[in-house]
Amino acid sequence: MSGGLYSMQSREFDKTLDLTKVKPYGDTMNDGKVQLSFTLPVPAGDEGVEAAKQLIKKMGMENPQVVFFRELTPGFTFFNCYGSLTHTVDYTSIYVPKVESNVMDMHQTDEFIKENVGRKLIVVGASTGTDAHTVGIDAIMNMKGYAGHYGLERYDMFEAYNLGSQVPNEEFIAKAIELKADALLVSQTVTQKDVHIKNLVELVELMEAEGLRDKMILACGGPRISHELAKELGYDAGFGMNSYADDVASFIAQEFVKRKNNQ
Amino acid sequence: MQSKLGLDFKKVEYARQLSRNIADEVQSFVVNYTTVAVERTLCRLMGIDGVDENQVPLPNVVVDALKEKGVLNQGVIFYLANAMYQTGLTAQDIAEKVGSGDLDLTRIEVTDKKNLETIISPVVEQSIKRIKERRGRREQYLQTIGEGPKPYLYVIVATGNIYEDVIQAEAAARQGADIIAVIRTTGQSLLDYVPFGATTEGFGGTYATQENFRIMRTALDKVGEEVGRYIRLCNYCSGLCMPEIAVMGAFEGLDVMLNDALYGILFRDINMQRTLVDQYFSRIINGFAGVIINTGEDNYLTTADAFEEAHTVLASDLINEQLALLAGLPEEQMGLGHAFEMNPELENGFLYELAQAQMAREIFPKAPLKYMPPTKFMTGNIFKGHLQDALFNLVGIWTNQGIQLLGMPTEAIHTPFMSDRYLSIENAKYIFTNLKNIGDEVDFKEDGIIRKRAQSVLQDAINLLERINKEGLFTALEKGIFGDVKRPRNGGKGLDGVCEKSENYMNPFVTLMKGEN
Repeated sequence: MSGGLYSMQSREFDKTLDLTKVKPYGDTMNDGKVQLSFTLPVPAGDEGVEAAKQLIKKMGMENPQVVFFRELTPGFTFFNCYGSLTHTVDYTSIYVPKVESNVMDMHQTDEFIKENVGRKLIVVGASTGTDAHTVGIDAIMNMKGYAGHYGLERYDMFEAYNLGSQVPNEEFIAKAIELKADALLVSQTVTQKDVHIKNLVELVELMEAEGLRDKMILACGGPRISHELAKELGYDAGFGMNSYADDVASFIAQEFVKRKNNQ
Repeated sequence: MQSKLGLDFKKVEYARQLSRNIADEVQSFVVNYTTVAVERTLCRLMGIDGVDENQVPLPNVVVDALKEKGVLNQGVIFYLANAMYQTGLTAQDIAEKVGSGDLDLTRIEVTDKKNLETIISPVVEQSIKRIKERRGRREQYLQTIGEGPKPYLYVIVATGNIYEDVIQAEAAARQGADIIAVIRTTGQSLLDYVPFGATTEGFGGTYATQENFRIMRTALDKVGEEVGRYIRLCNYCSGLCMPEIAVMGAFEGLDVMLNDALYGILFRDINMQRTLVDQYFSRIINGFAGVIINTGEDNYLTTADAFEEAHTVLASDLINEQLALLAGLPEEQMGLGHAFEMNPELENGFLYELAQAQMAREIFPKAPLKYMPPTKFMTGNIFKGHLQDALFNLVGIWTNQGIQLLGMPTEAIHTPFMSDRYLSIENAKYIFTNLKNIGDEVDFKEDGIIRKRAQSVLQDAINLLERINKEGLFTALEKGIFGDVKRPRNGGKGLDGVCEKSENYMNPFVTLMKGEN
């Protein structure tokens, strides 16, 4: 079963990198090697293995190999597999919309706000709707921050209000008005059945109805959020995985100043 | 007991004494109050169940009717007993008539207390018997088919659909799981009612309903018989319906319940007065039903730093222990929480985790400690995550934890796949078998990193408890002493469901249930 791990087969393919035709790299350019695991709702056995291999082929892979399988409970089998992908993508033609700001550190951002705004910016954040997870909003807002990146509460030039989790959109907006927020941050962690999309859209609609949408910077974040998705939903920015308070703070500061100068 | 950490047990006793004072002060408030959730629980214990034509649960119908009249302070049992006496109807019939608007409980002539006590006595006994029999059923299983060795392997199912959950749970039991926790749908903790019937829709989890409890308990009994090992069922009596879910669990044979007011206050912004009153009755029920409670201290370390704030976990465990004792819940049912949540980049982090877990073990020798896996520093790198979980499992077997909540390599990505659970159980079983007696074999160096760490966490916890003891728990929570989270005494959700008991108030279950332990 593990015969493919040290493959002796000859590698007669073009081994030069062509960015217009990129494919996965195992240990040789263009070998296309992919590692994958999945469960099929079938019993373990030769037929199950064959089903797994056929699926891998349909995914566009050659030389499918099932290196491990195990029946998890009667009628469900787990497979660890490898294959060589035939598909390629043109890396040179890729365009990904990104948050357009220069990431500054805490002191630079504080200085930037002092110089260009001259007062503290008020930021209100929450994990909204039914979402009970505070990890994301805490990482961005709390004093301590996350992974060595201090949160907005630590900045001299932000007045940061973290409303915590499960804040209804109406309450969130009411608080934003009360605190005269310059920017709103929405965190969404639970994404099962796209509940986050509905909730994020609802907030935008409520803000538009209240005539607030253009008056505040509106950003969202979470492990399954991208800037592209955020823009699509009517947000000014979206912060996905590997974003820290620095990214969010820099964006708010620069966006605020940009808008001020455009007025 | 000889401490492997050189802990001074006089200090531990002092910490317990401080915690007892803190708990007593809370209790002096709690005993004078009731809540809508407590009253709905009493409705259920009086035999009321089901929903009205608008899907409103009948316990809510009855309790809301009394609340609107401003007489909830007399307690629902007083009015139900009186109506039963005067009309000859059962509590269920009465609830239905209240729902249809045919009966106003406050407009029935009041009979004397003796008659009230006599009329409810058989109903009260019936409910007590029902719970006892359920408990007996668990004990019977434990004597016949037995259970897995500790640490129990605890895994979650969270599909949103109870029938799909059953498939996942059966698979997990066959792979070696000892406890199946059905995660609740996101947001249920803030519902001030318990939905009715079997449910197939939920976000990030499945509704806790009595029918869902029954469906899962039946399935686990069956698979338990198949694998020759009793499989425990865990759910959540936290949030706004603590005692109500406790009683449903007691009726349906739940074995483990998350049950922690402090968690609700800090992480669900539930009003502290409300939830501490709710907690008291829920723990009485859990204690009586033989249910292991799990407390949520591990969560402090998801918002605060796990190294710097370790002592807050110990302090909270000690307070939770005393609050549980006041509700008659024995130590053997206290799954006090702690966690393996230090930053994996921390030098010697494993030694500190080991020290803290051993410390918890020695300070709470009888408790089936609930040990939580890494979550905060799980990154989506499933390969490293699996390794983090392995180190966590190593500490679990080394320090003889009670309940090992298995970490999933896909933590922070999605609710577990069937295969994630398999990989995690395999991980734990491998380590638990391979290192079974390591705790008996290895001593810790005197004045070494591990001993010093445990001693300093204990000392820090004592300092904190002295402070809380001086200020009172309510004030301490207002100041953000746990998890860096501040909560006002009169803020948060559910405060309007709290009221002071008045002279007619009756709850015969407190004495009956506490007397059993």
